[in-house]
Amino acid sequence: MALLDVTDLSVSFDTPDGQVHAVNGMSLTLDPGDSLAIVGESGSGKTQLAFGILGLLAKNGTSRGSVKFNGQEILNLPEAQLNKIRANEIAMIFQDPMTSLNPYMRVGEQMAEVLMLHQGTSKRDALEDSAKMLDAVRIPDARSRLRMYPHEFSGGMRQRIMAAMALLCRPKLLIADEPTTALDVTVQNQIMELMADIQRDFGTALILITHDLGIVAGTCAETLVMYGGQVMEHGTTDDVFEAPSHPYTLGLLKAVPRLDVPQDALQTIPGDPPDLTALPPGCPFSPRCPLSHAPCTRTMPPLEAFGSGRFRACHAPREDVV
Amino acid sequence: MLATKAIADDLAGAAPIKGRSLWADARARFFRNKAAVAGLFVLVCVAAFALFGPLIATWNYEDIDWTVLGNVAEAGRPSLENGHWFGTDALGRDLFARTAQGTQVSLMVGIVGALISVIVGTFYGAVAGYFGGRIDGVMMRVVDVLMSIPYMFVLILLLVVFGRSMLMLFIGIGLVSWLDMARIARGQTLTLRNKEFVEAAVATGVGPFTIIRRHIVPNLLGVVIVYATLLVPSMIIYESFISFLGLGVQEPLTSWGALINDGAAEMNNGTLWMLLVPLFFFVITLFGFFFVGDGLRDALDPKDR
Amino acid sequence: MLTFILKRLLIAIPVLLILIVGTFVLMYTAPGSPFATERGIPPAVLANLEAQYGLDQPFIVQIWRYIVGIVTEFDFGPSFIYRDQDVNDLIGQGFPVTLTYGVWSFIVAVLVGGTLGILAAVRHNTWLDYLAVGISIGAQVLPNFVLAPILVLVFTLLLGWLPGGGWQGGQWEYVILPVIALSTSFMASIARISRASMLEVLTSNFIRTARAKGLPMRRVIFRHALKPALLPVISYLGPAFVGMITGSVVIDIYFSTGGIGQFFVASALNRDYGVMMGITVLLGALTILFNLVVDILYAWIDPKIRY
Repeated sequence: MALLDVTDLSVSFDTPDGQVHAVNGMSLTLDPGDSLAIVGESGSGKTQLAFGILGLLAKNGTSRGSVKFNGQEILNLPEAQLNKIRANEIAMIFQDPMTSLNPYMRVGEQMAEVLMLHQGTSKRDALEDSAKMLDAVRIPDARSRLRMYPHEFSGGMRQRIMAAMALLCRPKLLIADEPTTALDVTVQNQIMELMADIQRDFGTALILITHDLGIVAGTCAETLVMYGGQVMEHGTTDDVFEAPSHPYTLGLLKAVPRLDVPQDALQTIPGDPPDLTALPPGCPFSPRCPLSHAPCTRTMPPLEAFGSGRFRACHAPREDVV
Repeated sequence: MLATKAIADDLAGAAPIKGRSLWADARARFFRNKAAVAGLFVLVCVAAFALFGPLIATWNYEDIDWTVLGNVAEAGRPSLENGHWFGTDALGRDLFARTAQGTQVSLMVGIVGALISVIVGTFYGAVAGYFGGRIDGVMMRVVDVLMSIPYMFVLILLLVVFGRSMLMLFIGIGLVSWLDMARIARGQTLTLRNKEFVEAAVATGVGPFTIIRRHIVPNLLGVVIVYATLLVPSMIIYESFISFLGLGVQEPLTSWGALINDGAAEMNNGTLWMLLVPLFFFVITLFGFFFVGDGLRDALDPKDR
Repeated sequence: MLTFILKRLLIAIPVLLILIVGTFVLMYTAPGSPFATERGIPPAVLANLEAQYGLDQPFIVQIWRYIVGIVTEFDFGPSFIYRDQDVNDLIGQGFPVTLTYGVWSFIVAVLVGGTLGILAAVRHNTWLDYLAVGISIGAQVLPNFVLAPILVLVFTLLLGWLPGGGWQGGQWEYVILPVIALSTSFMASIARISRASMLEVLTSNFIRTARAKGLPMRRVIFRHALKPALLPVISYLGPAFVGMITGSVVIDIYFSTGGIGQFFVASALNRDYGVMMGITVLLGALTILFNLVVDILYAWIDPKIRY
């Protein structure tokens, strides 16, 4: 049985400017221990997808569809039941470690309360376990740092603390939302190594949400490319990188700066990310797509399986995508 | 030739649409805000009352109606027949004329007081924020010190020592309330100082005070306008407070605070209109300023909310 | 923490001295003798009076005596009008009264205002929120000198529930109206400030983290959101304190409660410089002390403040 089974999930927000459709009928499955990268530009709905799964949407947001975790429907569960799953079964790491930890609480207390809440651990044992976990994410001198406040740590350290806090209850699934975006490049690599180690050592399934294709390759077995709140293509990371089957994926790959191939100028995808208040009726990428033709502007192409476990949603023939 | 003319025509047609300034945008947002527009309407009405009320009043604000005196509770009621539309005060003076005159004083003190404190505060804050460092530290320390002084007592002290006069009231109220403005202006200046256009001005050798005058202060204008609108009602409250204590404007001149005080003193005698009339003008004016101020803040700074 | 408090104390002392000197200079430069109001005093008697109060001494001697009197004996000097009383007597009479309803007003304003604001933010866009916003907008246009007559009109004249003035040693029915009149506008401001800051805190990233940890909403609010949401309220306590001291003058006048505000206004109208100066200095000292307490409280709550 799949660990996570998302079917036809949609997330929308009521705003003064109208309905914002952030996620539009997304489906994906994840087995225990799997790792999946969800890639897309900012505004492609990837963060709201994660929030939708965990029921963390802003107050004006609604989600429809189905999210099954271990076979149990968890979408729109009452808050009390969701709270039993959060951190305990599905944990999350957020984009900005500078603001995601509570600046007014000691790090130790923020960590310990997770264990005290979910496992009824005594405070002393919870602090002990927290120190061990900080050790595991390679924070030196962990025990004495429990008494420090978040602003006394560097950005990379804080992201390690976030990761340690997420792992305390040994969750079966870890969702990391742009864990490296706010960090320096050198620190980014360390955090990505940490993600890979966590996945290996704890057997945790991982969903890594990122706009940066460069960090995906070494970390995740599978890659899902998202645009306009929809799946564009989905397959193993190797396949997607070596033979992209969607014009958008191709555009993203060309936009990654490379050192091994001489380049005169970095390629970009012309145009802007879609206006989520007024999506075109057809493929959301069609206004920017070099291969766009008549059907693209009218109907959304279905997500079709091809090859060995690959999926793509595109009207253009696969041979044309090069 | 023809082609360029076509393009020029095109541009001429397009220009008015593109040329919408930030201020025009703000104006549009302001007028979409119903509470703010209603507040503005109320303020215009009150101002018109202050300006034209004395002209249409049938009585002078300092003349005593001897037919009313001695029987104010009965004969001094608001009535159309004897021309006392709002009734009379305890001394038989026409309340319509007195309220109009009091409105003049209160509005004037409010606006002039706010103006003084905004001008002083903006320049003080802009200078502190622009120079930064030790100058900033000392200047803001002074503000902190002044803030921890019960200014109203000092103001009363000033009024007693130097004699009560309108001028003293203006200066006193204005000078005790520039502190908040100075803090706000300083905070804004600190962020402006690092903007490219200021650096460009510095790089081309423009002097600091010219930069403050030409580049900093104009960019503070939005915040200043919002704050000034919200400052006027507190000035009016200060003035009314002092007049309520009998330390403000001198008889026979009056103001809202003095009128409210007079009305409250007569409350036991069944002459409630003496309290309710000035109270009504006081309350709707404050509401007006608060709604306009809120509307301006939303219009000039839409991200704030 | 101790060094922080000491540092702040060291700053407070010169501020207090500036206040004393400033007030004294103002009084000293005031035109005419403080006794000149009593017409027909022979010059010899006037000189005698001035000598008795030390007013014939040079300025430096006068101010030195005044400061030494305050610092060493807590003596705020004589009244120039009530010959048999000095400022300390008046303060002794009035201050307990002011303190009683002042402390109650402060407690009511902070507790009711804070609770209302926090609840309104937590129940954003419900009737409770609208009620809180309505109250705080309404109270903005009702400063204490406007509210006091209205309260007396309703609760004394129309309903006859509560006395409209007097103190009677601080029996509860005499305290209620002064406390409501004094606290309402500050209660409203505190409600507005705490609502706005709670709303902002609730949208912050660390609150989302707390929710993602599976904490129940109650715990998220009390353990994670309350502290940062109250910081702006704490900054407002200083100005609120000053405002309440000012407002106490209105309360004393309107309700005849007999607090120090009454003596202050009486002395202002009588040009009794000694009393005015004494009360201004005392209240200034209290304000400075209170701001010190607020600073310490803020530093204690916010770990980012370095001592």
